[in-house]
Amino acid sequence: MILRKDLRLELRTLETIPAMVLFSLTTFVIFHFGLNRATIDGQLAAGVLTATLLFAAILGINRLFVAERDQGGFDAFLLAPVDRTAMLFAKAAALFTFLVVLELISVPAFGLLLLGTSLGGPLPGLILVLLLANLGLAVIGTLVSAIAVQTRARDLIGPIIGLPLLIPALIATARAIGPILAPGSSGSPPGKWLAILALYDVVFALLAYAVFDFLLED
Amino acid sequence: MPQRLTTHGKGLRGLALATLATISLALVLVFFYAPLDADQGFVQKIFYIHVPLAIVSLCGFVFGALLAAGYLRTGDRRWDMRSYVAIHMALIFGIAGLITGSIWAKASWGHWWVWNEPTLVSYLIVLLLFCTYQPLRFSIEDPERQSRYASVFSVVAGAFVPLNFIAVRLAQQYVHPRVLTLSGGHLPGSMQVTFLISLLGIALLYATLWKYEMAAKNARSQVRRLRRTLLGEDTMRPVGRSAAPS
Repeated sequence: MILRKDLRLELRTLETIPAMVLFSLTTFVIFHFGLNRATIDGQLAAGVLTATLLFAAILGINRLFVAERDQGGFDAFLLAPVDRTAMLFAKAAALFTFLVVLELISVPAFGLLLLGTSLGGPLPGLILVLLLANLGLAVIGTLVSAIAVQTRARDLIGPIIGLPLLIPALIATARAIGPILAPGSSGSPPGKWLAILALYDVVFALLAYAVFDFLLED
Repeated sequence: MPQRLTTHGKGLRGLALATLATISLALVLVFFYAPLDADQGFVQKIFYIHVPLAIVSLCGFVFGALLAAGYLRTGDRRWDMRSYVAIHMALIFGIAGLITGSIWAKASWGHWWVWNEPTLVSYLIVLLLFCTYQPLRFSIEDPERQSRYASVFSVVAGAFVPLNFIAVRLAQQYVHPRVLTLSGGHLPGSMQVTFLISLLGIALLYATLWKYEMAAKNARSQVRRLRRTLLGEDTMRPVGRSAAPS
């Protein structure tokens, strides 16, 4: 229900996702000039893609609980006869959806603008890696956002806590994407990094599930 | 109602003396007993300070997470204070560890910072994460909420410590000397004894400082309480906003 509310709100106001998409496209342009390269491939491309998606995700993470805080949604939620972790799942699912929509636009754009090799071959592997990465971003992002939204400097606290927590997931993502974007690759991501990414997602999902109750008590 | 004056200073003197004795013994062993390293020479002696500092600070972070879990379970703010002091001390030890590690890296590998070195990199990530602990506390005004959120953060961050080490270690080949394998590593016996005593010394130092700061914080709050009862509310200056639990 909260998920539906969030998605409807996003559809009506069109606030977060367009900002994330625009941000990612602009970042590709910046990378083009910053690296002074027309096309990139392999590990460099993986790094650029991962960093761009990460920072676009941070924008979404910052916005995730703002409506709740400004309009008293937390109180309403606490009055409702539902389990508190429902909020965690709904918000993580909303963030996950945002990220998927973001990638539907910005990954093809990345393929057109920067990527030296064709996107067709590595696409199935890339989708798999990005879905796992989205899961990690969504879970950790929701947790961090729920901590940060109650603080005074929430736009600062969220990213500085979130980035170190996300580093291992990003290492795994970038390393998994690297080989499949290399010229002449088989298109299948390395299993070791997929396993690490999946493990990280699972551990943090359990951890978030365990501590999330404390963030809503009031 | 007369408040019983509790001090955390109980046993502090004994602990401090034990720390002093162990660290002196460790220093004597480092300089007069442990053999010079075959290819690094005298520089290798920083190992006896650097590695214990790093290990103790990581254990301190995990210790802080366990204390924070204690707060979440009981809701007693003394646990939050303990957790705060533990993390605060571990951060100081961690920065000292990073600096000594950097000096050692410069002396033995020729660079202040080596990226293809998972232990160093994961240590830096953990330190960066815990550096956000104080800003997080500082930006929450309500003391009860501050304790709760800081505790949630500590638990998550404490669990992150081992995970992060696994992830970063897998990412690179290591050049760090692997002295801490389960089989006891490749250290000759005399070095190992020296190392273990140094480790004990630094751990005792951590415990002493932790206890000392707890005692100081308790004493301060008791002085405040006494002054409030004796002199009345209006003589009290308001407490400035702080990251520390009050």
